[in-house]
Amino acid sequence: MITRGSGARRKKHSEIIKNTVLAGIGDNIQSEKIKGRIFTGFCVIATFFGIVSLASLLVYVFYDAAGWLDLQFLTSAPSRFAEKAGVYPMLIGSIFVVSLVAVFSLPLGVGAAIYLEEYAKDNFVRRLIEMNISNLAGVPSIVYGLLGLGLFVALLDMSHGIIIVGAFTLTLRVLPIVIVSSQEAVRAVPVSHRYGSLGLGSTKWQMIRSVVLPEAVPGIMTGMILALSNAMGETAPLIMIGAATSIFTAPRGLFSSFSAMPLQIFAWSDFPQEGFRHGVTPAAIVVLLVVLLIMNGIAIYIRQRYSNKKR
Amino acid sequence: MKPGKEVLEKNLLKSVKRTMHENVMGGVFFICALVSIVTTIGIVIVLLAEAVDFFRQVSIIEFFTRVRWSPTIKPSEFGVIPLISGTLTFTFVTALIALPAGLLAAVYLSEYANNRLRAILKPALEVLAGIPTVVYGYFALVYITPLLRNIFPAIRTFNVLSASIVVAIMIIPTIASISEDSMRAVPRSLREAGFGLGVGKFKVTITIVVPAALSGIVSSFILGISRAIGETMAVTIAGGNLARIVNPLNPASALLEPIQTMTAAMVEIGMSDVTGDSVAYKSLFAVGLTLFLMTFLLNVVSQFIKMRYREKYQ
Repeated sequence: MITRGSGARRKKHSEIIKNTVLAGIGDNIQSEKIKGRIFTGFCVIATFFGIVSLASLLVYVFYDAAGWLDLQFLTSAPSRFAEKAGVYPMLIGSIFVVSLVAVFSLPLGVGAAIYLEEYAKDNFVRRLIEMNISNLAGVPSIVYGLLGLGLFVALLDMSHGIIIVGAFTLTLRVLPIVIVSSQEAVRAVPVSHRYGSLGLGSTKWQMIRSVVLPEAVPGIMTGMILALSNAMGETAPLIMIGAATSIFTAPRGLFSSFSAMPLQIFAWSDFPQEGFRHGVTPAAIVVLLVVLLIMNGIAIYIRQRYSNKKR
Repeated sequence: MKPGKEVLEKNLLKSVKRTMHENVMGGVFFICALVSIVTTIGIVIVLLAEAVDFFRQVSIIEFFTRVRWSPTIKPSEFGVIPLISGTLTFTFVTALIALPAGLLAAVYLSEYANNRLRAILKPALEVLAGIPTVVYGYFALVYITPLLRNIFPAIRTFNVLSASIVVAIMIIPTIASISEDSMRAVPRSLREAGFGLGVGKFKVTITIVVPAALSGIVSSFILGISRAIGETMAVTIAGGNLARIVNPLNPASALLEPIQTMTAAMVEIGMSDVTGDSVAYKSLFAVGLTLFLMTFLLNVVSQFIKMRYREKYQ
């Protein structure tokens, strides 16, 4: 039922129904049925359009990658010759950067979520921060690249295209995702559990540490992994901060230059040779997709285990 | 009595320490939350500062009225119109595919699919949004454009259509999931009022459910459009790098020939080795600011519509 709707709103609904019924008067049941069938057909097509397209594209890319994807490919540096090319430095670079993003974004994101859910009063500041976060989530990723370039490279005078700048930039990029999913996880902890803890005389922080956070861990982890797989696929921000699109040695420390899997795929997508176009590049794509698949598999596993435990 | 006093003092000290600890933790979490505000301020300041510097060398009128974009090749010219034209063309074509498909998918998920089917389809749709855009770009360039050549022999290697198709596939889940949420929020009673008066399911769906969920649908559309405007890699790889003003009256040329969007132009400058003092480097931030303002405006409108016109049911 409509409970809080204003009078005008209620009138709107009755009008919607009235118009519907008036429009339906004198309908031929048979032709209506046919129209309904056609409409349903379009809906099915729309739903499956993307899924089927992606599935067939994946078949193509796996077919092309077969034969190219071997141990040599995973352990060699990129090369001008398709037979010798590999993704080792980029794979290490991607894993390195994303691990750093995890280290930076977990405390920041969870901390912000705890502030918003547990400490903030429902006032202007909280609404401002929440509105700001949902706006940040909609900012194009390339703009974060400009932020990284202007802030870390130009202003703080760090080098172009080093691991730490990449990690900072991507952290800012995925932080809204981490905050929102952590907020949901924290919010899902039942109030009764909190009262139980407070009733035993614990302080707020003790309650958060010993009751809220442990219960929210699965939700936080799931959101975290989704955010990290986002970071793993980001390309444009890394281009803007001057990361190399192709590099021959794996990064050794926080301040060494690096490249990442998506950057290498971007670089190779320009190579017209058959061995790259229908061989090396698809193989690199498969490597990236498999890494993402593993990450998402872990997220699903955590979610599944958690929901089973709850029952 | 002496030891009692000691214990009391110890406890007092402990509780003072605890209170301090409590306040410190609250402050730490507040600082974490502030990072998001600082990020926004940082974006605005960085973009504005460099863009203002850019507009000292290239007048803002020139930027918005010149019809040629050539930042690195002499004689350099910084007219953003071709890039905006490219972005709008790409966004329009993408929206033409993604909006109806996303809406129909939402209708199917919310009104027709049973629970078991929905439990399979929703995660499957989410996968579409999880594939990196650079991969979509490669798909468009290497697999979709050759396929399209069978239908349109005149299609060029880099073209708008194939980029739009993959980006549409990418943003369909966004549109479908937000629209579906708002359709499912429409109370059963409204539908049943229609059914009870003898109206068929098809008509109930399009004349009751969709209008009642309109705010959510419109806000999902705007969000999808904003995504398409900010899309970078797919359109860079598959859409080409030809900054030109698209003639909307010539759809064949608009669809089948290369363009350059604002984002693709930024990548092109980012890939070239321009130095921090050059005008080309600063033009990055002017284009970035234009892009940021466009998407920001759309996001705010989308949020406003969602909040202002949200139907409240219980």
